[in-house]
Amino acid sequence: MEEEGIVKKFCYMNRKAPYGTIYALESLEVVLIAAAFDQDISLVFADDGVYQLTKNQDTDGIGMKNFSKTYSALGDYDIKKIYVEKESLEERGLTTDDLQALKYEDEDDDWAEKDSLFVVGRDELSKIINEQDVVLSF
Amino acid sequence: MPLEVNGQSYETDEEGYLADLNQWQPDLAEAMATADGAELSENHWEVINFLREYYEEYQIAPAVRVLTKAIGKKLGKDKGNSKYLYELFPYGPAKQACKYAGLPKPTGCV
Repeated sequence: MEEEGIVKKFCYMNRKAPYGTIYALESLEVVLIAAAFDQDISLVFADDGVYQLTKNQDTDGIGMKNFSKTYSALGDYDIKKIYVEKESLEERGLTTDDLQALKYEDEDDDWAEKDSLFVVGRDELSKIINEQDVVLSF
Repeated sequence: MPLEVNGQSYETDEEGYLADLNQWQPDLAEAMATADGAELSENHWEVINFLREYYEEYQIAPAVRVLTKAIGKKLGKDKGNSKYLYELFPYGPAKQACKYAGLPKPTGCV
C-alpha cells in the first residue's frame, strides 16, 4: 500500500445538474474508483454542477437512486479537496447553507472532523485548475 | 439463478448478488454462506451488519480499503486489518461480505 508511485494531480469538473443526465453519477463513480490509486484528487462543482451537492434531495418522483448521500462518504475515500465555485452558487440564489457539509476525519489528528468543502471564487478556481496534471470534465 | 430460501425464491445476478436489496433478510446471508461452504459466526455478522449500515447511510458499498479503516475505527484495530477480514471472508471482504449483506458489488471492485 505504501509503495512510492507517480502521484499526479487529478481534477474532476462537474458542471451538470445531478439528474436528467448520467454525468453526475458517472463522475462520482469514477472518482470513487480512482480514489483507490492514491492520486492527488480534487473535485470541482461549477455551473449547474453545484446542485449536485445540495441538501435534502428527494428522487422519489423520478424513480432514480438518491446518490447525494454518497458525497458524504468521499472523506472515507481520502478525498479532501472539494471546490464549489462561488459565482455559480450566487447566480442560482444558493448559499453554503443549501449545500451538504462535507467533512473528513483526520486519522493523524485523533479522527478530528475537518472541512473538505471549499467555496472559491472564479479567479482562484482557475488557478487551481491550472495547477492540475489531468482535468476530467463531466 | 434464483436463490431458494424457506420456500421463497429470490432473484440474483450471475455472480450471486441479490437483485433487490430490500428483499434481504438474515436467512439469505446464511443460505449464501452455506452454498460457499462457510458458516457465519458473530464476527461475520459484525461486518455484514456494518456494511448494511454503511449502505443505508451513504448508498454505496465501501471499497475494501475504506471498509478496513472504518471497521478499525468502530470495532478496534485488531479487527481493522486485512488479515482479520480476509480470514473471515476469504473471497475478499468487500466482495463476499457485501454479497451476504444483500448489497450490490462494491464500486471499483474488479
